[in-house]
Amino acid sequence: MDFLIDFFLKPMPWYYSGPLIGLTVPLLILTSNKQFGVSSSLRYVCSALKLSNKSYFKYNFKEQQWTLWFVLGIMLSGIVLFQLTKIEMGELSTNANQYFFEKEIEVEGIFPLSIFNWSNLLSEYGLLLLMGGFFIGFGSRYADGCTSGHAIMGLSLFSKASLVSVFGFFIGGVVGTFLILNYIL
Amino acid sequence: MKNIKYILLGFYFGVVLVKSEAISWYRIVEMFHFQSFHLFGVIGSAVVTGIISVLIIKGVHLTTIKDEPIDLKPKPFLPKANFFGGILFGLGWALVGACTAPLFVHLGAGNYIIIIPILAAFLGTLVYGIVKEKLPH
Repeated sequence: MDFLIDFFLKPMPWYYSGPLIGLTVPLLILTSNKQFGVSSSLRYVCSALKLSNKSYFKYNFKEQQWTLWFVLGIMLSGIVLFQLTKIEMGELSTNANQYFFEKEIEVEGIFPLSIFNWSNLLSEYGLLLLMGGFFIGFGSRYADGCTSGHAIMGLSLFSKASLVSVFGFFIGGVVGTFLILNYIL
Repeated sequence: MKNIKYILLGFYFGVVLVKSEAISWYRIVEMFHFQSFHLFGVIGSAVVTGIISVLIIKGVHLTTIKDEPIDLKPKPFLPKANFFGGILFGLGWALVGACTAPLFVHLGAGNYIIIIPILAAFLGTLVYGIVKEKLPH
């Protein structure tokens, strides 16, 4: 029992959690004949709600309905692990801790609610969330996948599309962090 | 009944994603600063596990548990769309400090302000669908 509690609530080294994430690929294939991907759920919702008559949203979207249930399961994991129990995160690197200390950002939980909150909504922090969210939706659909569909599923298939996309993800991520985030924080 | 299966699979993925700490805003900022190997190790070992799984599935011609043949198709190669879309997505990942799946973990975890980037992501999807034909692919 103690072992199980530790397994779920104590920090886990990457060489356990990484392969466990990778196992989502065969689990989805073998149980459901589905290729792993999360951002297709965004397209599914826009299509199912008929938010636009553009051809991009007129596809056989019922086949993608499973992504919505999959995302619901992802959300439930957040409720169980953070609201019903208290899961611990591992210690950040010294350099990262130093960075957050210098930026006066308290390392607490998994999201810095001291800067991202409703009263800061109309500040540069709210703008970060708004712009960032927009780029996540726009970029993942333009690239035809996000971290799950391209980085994990796509690279597992040695897909050229995924290799180029993941290269783009990291260019965008590093540029966004060094040129925008560092400036605003 | 069929949908419960997907909820359970999503739940599994969510749990291991949380265990990997890829849902932590602090970890994402740390990764893009190259201040720790942690998330590179997570992504790298997840991909290696995926590659081995796919090789086994293809190598021994596994079928699904319902005996259906498995047909794995890589996504179409659209160099410009993959590259420019990828850069935009990466930008979003850095600005919010979360990619798509972690957005929904944060929502479940009670960080309700995350509804802002979630709604913005739907808006981004909608705008992409509208301007798609005008973009290089």
